[in-house]
Amino acid sequence: MAQTLLQVEDLHTQFFTSRGVVRAVDGVNLHIDVGETLGIVGESGCGKTITALSILRLVPDPGKITSGRILFRGNDVVKMDDEEIRDFRGNDVAMIFQDPMTSLNPVTRIGSQIEEAMTAHKRFTPELAKSRVIELLTRVRVPSAEQRARDYPHQFSGGMRQRAMIAMGLSNEPSLLIADEPTTALDVTVQAQIIQLMKQLNRELGTAMMLITHNMALVASLCQRVVVMYAGRVVEEGPVEQIFKSPQHPYTWSLLRSVPRVDEARKDRLVSIKGLPPDLTNAPPGCKFHPRCPFVVDRCKVEEPPLGEVGPDQVARCWVLMRNVSEADIATAKQSSISVAAAEKLKAPAADIGGKAGS
Amino acid sequence: MQAAEKAPVTAVVSDPVILRVEDVYKHFPIAGFGGLAVRAVDGVTLEIRRGEALGLVGESGCGKSTLARLITALLPVTSGKIIFEGQEITKMRGARLRRMRRKMQMIFQDPFASLDPRMTVGDIIQEPLDNYGIGSGRERQRRVQELLRLVGLNPNFTNRYPHEFSGGQRQRIGIARALAVNPSFIVCDEAVSALDVSIQAQIINLLQDLQREFNLTYLFIAHDLAVVRHLSDRIAVMYLGKVVETAGRNDIYDHPQHPYTRALLSSIPVPDPEVERARAPILLKGEIPSAVNPPSGCRFHTRCPIARVPGICSEQEPLLEPHGQRDQLAACHFAGEK
Amino acid sequence: MALAQPALEQAVDWEVAEQQIGLWQDAWHRFRGNRLAVLGAVVIVFLILVAFLSPLLVHLGIIVSPTTQQVENIEVGPGQAGHLFGTDELGRDTLSRLMFGSRISLSVGILVQGIILPIGLAIGLAAGYFGGRIDNLLMRFTDIWYAFPDLIFVLVLVSVFGPNLLSIFGAIALVGWVGLARLVRGQVLAIKEKEYIEAARSSGSPPLKLILKHLLPNALGPIIVTVVFGIPSAIFLEAVLSFLGVGIQPPTPTWGQMVFDGYEAIYANPSSVVFPALSIGFTLLAFSFVGDGLRDALDPRMKR
Repeated sequence: MAQTLLQVEDLHTQFFTSRGVVRAVDGVNLHIDVGETLGIVGESGCGKTITALSILRLVPDPGKITSGRILFRGNDVVKMDDEEIRDFRGNDVAMIFQDPMTSLNPVTRIGSQIEEAMTAHKRFTPELAKSRVIELLTRVRVPSAEQRARDYPHQFSGGMRQRAMIAMGLSNEPSLLIADEPTTALDVTVQAQIIQLMKQLNRELGTAMMLITHNMALVASLCQRVVVMYAGRVVEEGPVEQIFKSPQHPYTWSLLRSVPRVDEARKDRLVSIKGLPPDLTNAPPGCKFHPRCPFVVDRCKVEEPPLGEVGPDQVARCWVLMRNVSEADIATAKQSSISVAAAEKLKAPAADIGGKAGS
Repeated sequence: MQAAEKAPVTAVVSDPVILRVEDVYKHFPIAGFGGLAVRAVDGVTLEIRRGEALGLVGESGCGKSTLARLITALLPVTSGKIIFEGQEITKMRGARLRRMRRKMQMIFQDPFASLDPRMTVGDIIQEPLDNYGIGSGRERQRRVQELLRLVGLNPNFTNRYPHEFSGGQRQRIGIARALAVNPSFIVCDEAVSALDVSIQAQIINLLQDLQREFNLTYLFIAHDLAVVRHLSDRIAVMYLGKVVETAGRNDIYDHPQHPYTRALLSSIPVPDPEVERARAPILLKGEIPSAVNPPSGCRFHTRCPIARVPGICSEQEPLLEPHGQRDQLAACHFAGEK
Repeated sequence: MALAQPALEQAVDWEVAEQQIGLWQDAWHRFRGNRLAVLGAVVIVFLILVAFLSPLLVHLGIIVSPTTQQVENIEVGPGQAGHLFGTDELGRDTLSRLMFGSRISLSVGILVQGIILPIGLAIGLAAGYFGGRIDNLLMRFTDIWYAFPDLIFVLVLVSVFGPNLLSIFGAIALVGWVGLARLVRGQVLAIKEKEYIEAARSSGSPPLKLILKHLLPNALGPIIVTVVFGIPSAIFLEAVLSFLGVGIQPPTPTWGQMVFDGYEAIYANPSSVVFPALSIGFTLLAFSFVGDGLRDALDPRMKR
């Protein structure tokens, strides 16, 4: 039985704007075990980043954690005072962001920035701090670390900056590393390097990782467990193999089939989810996904389903579940979206107007 | 009964070539550094056949977007020829160029930057019709409405402004504008990469449906090889201003000849944990060198896992020659080796 | 070939966000929310009314003519002998002179911008749009122009052409266009790189249409702001000229000249200096508030 590192219970984070209350995180439950890699997936605006910021108590204004508990090794992060929260952020958790350039100070040397992150929470002799910086940069595979520590951020490439950010995150040996879209801004070959690095660090140091991303493939490559979020809620959760092999929530299913795979032999039509994610000030009644769901039934429109067990360690929030959906309905969900009538009309006059303007 | 089941349009090799790029260079001089220049496109030769979708992939800074702007004559070439439907567009200017542009439209990357914020959606889509004097005022308005309907938007939205629409909807507006004048060739420059995954699928499907309905020829430019492979019949891979490999969509995955192509393919994770566990990405050393001063010989030799350095790879530039399967070209001295 | 009809209807994306207001309406909305800017606008409207109505008020006998010298009432204080703001050293009513002075100040402010706008736009647009050698030529010319100290330049021009209305307006405009031209060029350079300009070019829009329909409307926000901020600086420059004695010649009242005249008797008769000085100050402030309000309202990044 693995030991639970972080447990989030019924977390609500809301933004109080002039347009109304945005329920960005709306009753999220999740946990992460010691040394585990957890993926949180969903589209932009689903609440995945706000969940992570809530865990660190870094929710930007006008947002607030309105209820719920965040237990880290049994201590409630929500109730911590300023001193404790600083300690928690520095020593227990670290976060890396999508764009490493905006998180680094452009006028300070990389080495000094890592040193600063380190010495903010512990005391080091200057020599020890120096050697630790170099050790960290070597650990994240920055070549010739001793010289590169003296470089400024603009002298680093995108991938190198992200490595430096990871080194900074690891400087106090946290037990949890939260990575928010860490590779989205990077090129594919560089992305592969960073994924590899994160895998190795997880293995070598036993740091638990929470990967926040919209990229299902990245989760498949890096994570052991997945949480799928939609409109501020967890809609499905389970071990990565099961989620990918037999997703039960229609949203998870659609997400998996809406991205083309590089290894596909023939062009299978993608599943596109119609419409837009809901406005979180005024979410639809019943299941939040029902207006976009291809398999909606009447019950979905009035009553919100609970997170029910659908397999070993797998839960989903759905009245229908993908295993009950017929082949015919799945075929309909993949249908063409183009208006053929409009296409015919557009083709016809094109011929004669083409003649006029071609002269 | 379903349109999706119709035979896919695959380009026949004997189809006439719609666009030919011949040894095209584009250098951007760096002000204040006499003689130095960013060699964004550095000797590209390429063919696009009528009715096919050619995918062009590469990482940032490889010159793919510059090439798109050379092909659509938004930028002048430094040297080389671009021939579209038998006419050399690189020599055209003014009114002749504008007439030529009608057959060749572009869909842009950023749905927030590619629509003029001060114009209504109706005016945006109607602009190309106005420019080419197509139809009467009434006919233009009707056509704008049909175009909106075609791309799945409410035709009554013509007097709305772009900022009222979501990213996916704006991209549809951009597509409607591109289709307004019935072009035969469309360049999509990272047309889906700024969109959320579910919206991305809507747009990819739309582009595929439109190609089938209107017999369009596509040049599909993206950094995401999975998306490019999904949409294309043939794929060209660019690295540092040069095309290093071209092949059919299956050949490029099953028998990549250039080590860069192989590394690129292996770098892309697959949304399947079991497959992922068995895959080992070929990790390239370092990152893309500067296009101001590209490496000697083969430009890839500084990162190549199979390069012979010092040796032929750092001394002699490989040519784009037939290797591997039929209709496959690669620029590598050791093509096909692992 | 036919698609199932329900699938088709589903596919259409009818939904669009609620907000239906255009960008200009949105800007107006934000401008109204800025209290100081609204206050400034009210002050300006009031000034314009005063400027227009003052001859009528004289005609109706409500105020005295600004040139009427009442020898019995020289340098009386505010409120005395029926002079609300007092009189000056020649016995002229300060209130009436202030009201007539606003005519000069406002017309300097607004007409000068009317001269600056076409010059600045033409040079800025040409430099920014065509780039290359044209840009270089125009911008070096602008730099040289900019290198002359404003006040000396104006003083020279006014002394050569005489201190009449036309030469003063012209001189102030000739030093003012440089800033606008540079701003327009910068705006054009930034907007030219936007994808929607490329999109318009690839849709076959000719250069003139690009400039007038795409570049200009999108650059308009900052241009309006600069023009509005230019009004108080022109008013100020005219006041300085009048103060130095090379502005509009007496007896036509201008605020700057009133300060100059009253300045010698500042201790004996402070009201003849204080009121024109306050008028200049409040007018500058009003235009600055409106400029600030416009800048915030026209900047899309200020979206709440």
